[in-house]
Amino acid sequence: MALAIEARDLRRTYRTRTGWLNPRRLELDAVRGVDLDVRRGELFGLLGPNGAGKTTTIKMLNTLLIPTSGSARVCGFDVVSQTREVRRRIGYVFGGDRGLYDRLSALDNLRYFAELYGVPAARQKRRIGELLELVGLTGRERERVEGYSRGMRQRLHIARGLLHEPEVLFLDEPSIGVDPVAARELRNTVAGLAATGTTVLLTTHYMAEAEELCDRIAVIAGGEIQALGTPDELKHHAEGRRVLEVQAFGVSDAQLARIDGLPGVREASVDVVGTAQLVTVQSDATVDVQADVLRLLDGVRLGRVTARQPTLEDAYVAIVGRSPVGAAA
Amino acid sequence: MSVLRLIGRATLLHVKQLSRSQFEIATALFVPLVQATLAVYLFRAGTEPHRLLEAAVGAGMMAVWSSVLFGSGGAIQNQRWQGTLEMLMLAPRPPALLVFPITLATAVTGTYAMIATLLWGGLVYRIPLDVADPLAFAVSVPAAILGLGMFGLLLASTFVLLPNANAINNTLEYPIWLVSGMLVPITVLPGWTGPVGAVLPTTWASRAVRESVTGSGPVWPSLGVCLALSLGCLVAGALVMSYVERRARANATLALA
Ligand SMILES: Nc1ncnc2c1ncn2[C@@H]1O[C@H](COP(=O)(O)OP(=O)(O)OP(=O)(O)O)[C@@H](O)[C@H]1O
Ligand SMILES: [Mg+2]
Repeated sequence: MALAIEARDLRRTYRTRTGWLNPRRLELDAVRGVDLDVRRGELFGLLGPNGAGKTTTIKMLNTLLIPTSGSARVCGFDVVSQTREVRRRIGYVFGGDRGLYDRLSALDNLRYFAELYGVPAARQKRRIGELLELVGLTGRERERVEGYSRGMRQRLHIARGLLHEPEVLFLDEPSIGVDPVAARELRNTVAGLAATGTTVLLTTHYMAEAEELCDRIAVIAGGEIQALGTPDELKHHAEGRRVLEVQAFGVSDAQLARIDGLPGVREASVDVVGTAQLVTVQSDATVDVQADVLRLLDGVRLGRVTARQPTLEDAYVAIVGRSPVGAAA
Repeated sequence: MSVLRLIGRATLLHVKQLSRSQFEIATALFVPLVQATLAVYLFRAGTEPHRLLEAAVGAGMMAVWSSVLFGSGGAIQNQRWQGTLEMLMLAPRPPALLVFPITLATAVTGTYAMIATLLWGGLVYRIPLDVADPLAFAVSVPAAILGLGMFGLLLASTFVLLPNANAINNTLEYPIWLVSGMLVPITVLPGWTGPVGAVLPTTWASRAVRESVTGSGPVWPSLGVCLALSLGCLVAGALVMSYVERRARANATLALA
């Protein structure tokens, strides 16, 4: 039995009602047929745009949501009919600062959940001490959580998720709101857990984090897996492309649209980096679009211009851009 | 054994979490002043001072009931707002075992108001605190609280299923004070309320406590009936709770959508 997580054709439809006087039923297919096999000890990443269905998938696997159809097993136990067995073996950490007892101290929060997870009384004290040390909250553990910063709460969440030494750890954007140094420590912690045999399913919007940590990555968009493989395999999706990056100040949407329309251009986007903008243009490797792009940016103050090989992020953009949802957006 | 330990610990932490809410504490300390006053003026007419103590204890029981009704009735919704409901339900325990400590905690914090009522009664109105059977009193108050906490689980689990739980909550507070004989003796109520009162643990809890204060009857039978009925509520509450948990996982209502 080498699989920690196996999902077959998982689907989830949300039924909601809108309107008060004239209620209307809405159906939303958040996850539409996901198949996943995650090996024991593997660090598996789930990437995708907002609303892609990552959290929904995780919540079906960790028993918080019952799938509309399809099935899934975690550590060999069915997530619908054997919830207790599954819950004993998993940890769940989500990003954000909710989900803690604010008027209790970190120590009380951890004691409470240690008790809920049946950590033997004799072991609790040591285990909590180790975890406080691990997440860097030692010395602050007697303060009430309501006085904690966002990052401190996030770290407390992580400590709580590890109390019972879970075999499978679900991390849903665990690095949100965590400072860069703590984020690096978090990555080390996660890598360390995977190295000692813990299976990790991680979602993140930070490509560098995914590339550094994950053995394999699934890119999900529109509730379906669009691509799956090691980070290097995924980069092939951007193969045959080259990337041009132009630092600029004051590019308009119209200019970006015109760049996107150039022959040979596959993808054009603009990100704000500090006070500048970064225009990223992916094109076919056979076409050199640099001159055309610079011509369209005429009149805009420009900084550095670089051409480079595609990264995981470029591959991600290519995969999502190609998917039906990405293409529609 | 470990289950009892879990219930004990979890209840203590929820009592802590509840007791640190300034609003709760202010309510628990000042509402009793009003209730003690009411009790005194209602019963001043009677001449024996004992009636006053009985009324103050009855008012204290009313406070415990209010705390359970509002605290337990809204327990699941509160956890959902805090974002802790998902984390609780994720624990490898039966859902009832996760929620019962919360409802028990609401009964325990209700005693602040009971103590405050007795103190206000003693300080402001000079009600003598001479309890007829102190031992029975010392046992029946905690037992009554335990019973009401069990009743709370049934409230907590059924109220999440009701669309207008808040409205129902508000309308249940006074009738149950009355029917359970917390405010006035059951004997002065219309006959049809008898059977209603007889199946409510609140009736037997307040009866046991009153009997221990006045020495008007044997405490233990009432206490036994109270705990038996409460246990029934606990079992029913646990069944409903399991249904609620499954339904919430199907409808995606564990999280604040
Ligand atoms: N409880 C809910 N009720 C109704 N619709 C929901 C609910 N939860 C999620 N959705 C919808 O399901 C879709 C997928 O949401 P999900 O939270 O799984 O996305 P995600 O990939 O985790 O996104 P993000 O990166 O923003 O966290 C979205 O369109 C969302 O609006
Ligand atoms: Mg999400």
